[in-house]
Amino acid sequence: MADYIDALVDAAADGDGVSLDGLHVARTGDGYRLETPSAERDGLSESALSDALSDFDEYATNWFFWSRVVGESSPQRRAFLRWVEGADAEDQSVPARYDALRDGIEREWGQLHVTVTLDDDGQRHYELRHVNEADREHDDLDTYHEPLAARQLATYDEKGRYRPLKSGNNLAGGWVFPDLDGRDLVETVETFYPASVPNWYREREGTLDVEHWVDTIGRQTGMYSVVKTWNRGDGHEHVDWVAESCCDDSQCVKRREWQYDDETDLDVDGGDGAFPCREPCSLVIAASRKWTRLEGENTQTYEFELTPSEKEQLEAIVDAVADDRTDDIREADVYEGANRYRARFLRAKLFDDDGNLCGVPTEDES
Amino acid sequence: MQALVIVAHGSHLNPDSSTPTYDHADTIREVGAFDEVRTGFWKEEPSIREVLRTVESDEVYVVPLFISEGYFTEQVIPRELRLDGWDVADWDSDGLSATHVTLPAGDVPEKTVHYCGPVGTHEAMTDVIVRRAESVTEDPDVGDGFGLAVVGHGTERNENSAKAIEYHAQRVRDMDRFDEVQALYMDEDPEVDDVTDYFDADDIVVVPLFVADGFHTQEDIPEDMGLTDDYRTGYDVPTEVDGHRIWYAGAVGTEGLMADVVLERAADAGADIGDALEVVRERTRKTPMAGD
Repeated sequence: MADYIDALVDAAADGDGVSLDGLHVARTGDGYRLETPSAERDGLSESALSDALSDFDEYATNWFFWSRVVGESSPQRRAFLRWVEGADAEDQSVPARYDALRDGIEREWGQLHVTVTLDDDGQRHYELRHVNEADREHDDLDTYHEPLAARQLATYDEKGRYRPLKSGNNLAGGWVFPDLDGRDLVETVETFYPASVPNWYREREGTLDVEHWVDTIGRQTGMYSVVKTWNRGDGHEHVDWVAESCCDDSQCVKRREWQYDDETDLDVDGGDGAFPCREPCSLVIAASRKWTRLEGENTQTYEFELTPSEKEQLEAIVDAVADDRTDDIREADVYEGANRYRARFLRAKLFDDDGNLCGVPTEDES
Repeated sequence: MQALVIVAHGSHLNPDSSTPTYDHADTIREVGAFDEVRTGFWKEEPSIREVLRTVESDEVYVVPLFISEGYFTEQVIPRELRLDGWDVADWDSDGLSATHVTLPAGDVPEKTVHYCGPVGTHEAMTDVIVRRAESVTEDPDVGDGFGLAVVGHGTERNENSAKAIEYHAQRVRDMDRFDEVQALYMDEDPEVDDVTDYFDADDIVVVPLFVADGFHTQEDIPEDMGLTDDYRTGYDVPTEVDGHRIWYAGAVGTEGLMADVVLERAADAGADIGDALEVVRERTRKTPMAGD
């Protein structure tokens, strides 16, 4: 008899018996009772129960996997792994889920693509790769097996630039973890996106400790305490701009749940990320410190003379930088305002020797 | 179950800032002294705010990978960890003597958190400075004929910073191993710029007491000492300056033996680490012992 059936029979003999995903086995007055959504059997001896369970092999291996392999030691790991294969969907039986698992069930987590499959013993196997490479052959990708290998993969973007934000929407590809077990899958996911699983789990449990802008900047001290002075009781437009700059889905894969304060939502969308962002991150705080200083300046009226195309070109340059497109603009594509030669022409024509646009000094010299 | 959590500063700009933290965490993970080893950062992720929720164990030892007691160890880290009832007076420290406190943390009320003093003020740090000198000279017996300079920020930002430098300089001096030992500073006298003025020895090992290599250790100090006019062009080890050979070691925190100090901090706070200290001391040695 398979080990998992022995384990199940042992568990059924204890206390309230076994109950998971539609399988119920318990000891009653006249032997064991076995129940699945499609069958009920009563009055079974221990050996008859073992035989009967063989007819419900998928329920038995499913129980074994969740009870003995994954276990309850980490509720957040268990919840995440169940989410990956849709185990908590009430409208799907274990046999139907097993059919899907044999083909592979796919999930996305930020820029990660997880595929869970099944072997003959009901063990799950997890494959992890970049979401943009879901269809690429294994041979085209570098293979990794250790969760901590993700640390290096997460450090630099596709162009070799340092990624200061692990949840930045710029994870480089080219790699695959072809066969992780459940524990290592969660470790690897947590290395790519630290604390994403516990925060997601707390959100599901209704205990996520969202800290809004006002609370988070309120506890800053030292060089960051200045950010408090940016709130001047005149609305939250400045925080809308921060969120639009830093927290948009194009920049960060977390779903922003923090708002201006408890009672005031920001006007920009928090995004569609799989896992939540519970407070302004250190990057937002550091950038906001700079913006606090910059936004303390008063506006001045400058007079520049630009052709309509020059005005549009300046706008195109800002757009290209903001969307990180400057490297994508071809060297000879002089039709793009943010093309290097176009920008150099603009500088040659409009800047004086001190770098002033149209020769207009930044500070009033009169 | 017991977990080790190493907390460090990290950087938005410099990928090397967190490297020593990860390296020491890996070293300790490999010896298996803890069921879990995690890292948390002020500027990277997981943030110190969220690191405790990544831990499964019920006993958590938090060791700050910082050089001195001060703003980060006394204010920022306890606040971000949400240590309930934290009072810096509980450390009862003279600026060098913080060991640990045991407190609950609001973020994970079911766990016990042992919050340790920084690695930089632990007496075992002195051995790391000496090991760093051995590594950079590739001589396990370095000392005779050599001077050793321990370099720190100075007191401009934190008076305890200089205390840690003086403390370790004195302890190395007491070993009677190097011909001369001198504490030097970046922003006050005696200044690292004038390093050769403070030594008679031909050979001087210079060890900056910093956690990670970055702007100060890779750019400022090499240029200030005259190892190079432009840090981008690099420098030799040793480099001849004013008739002395300067063996510049870079940040002491990159030395593998730092993992030993992290373990010492946790063990002092009650962690059961078995023979991990002995194993780490041997595994992190780059220079063979005499007779090996």
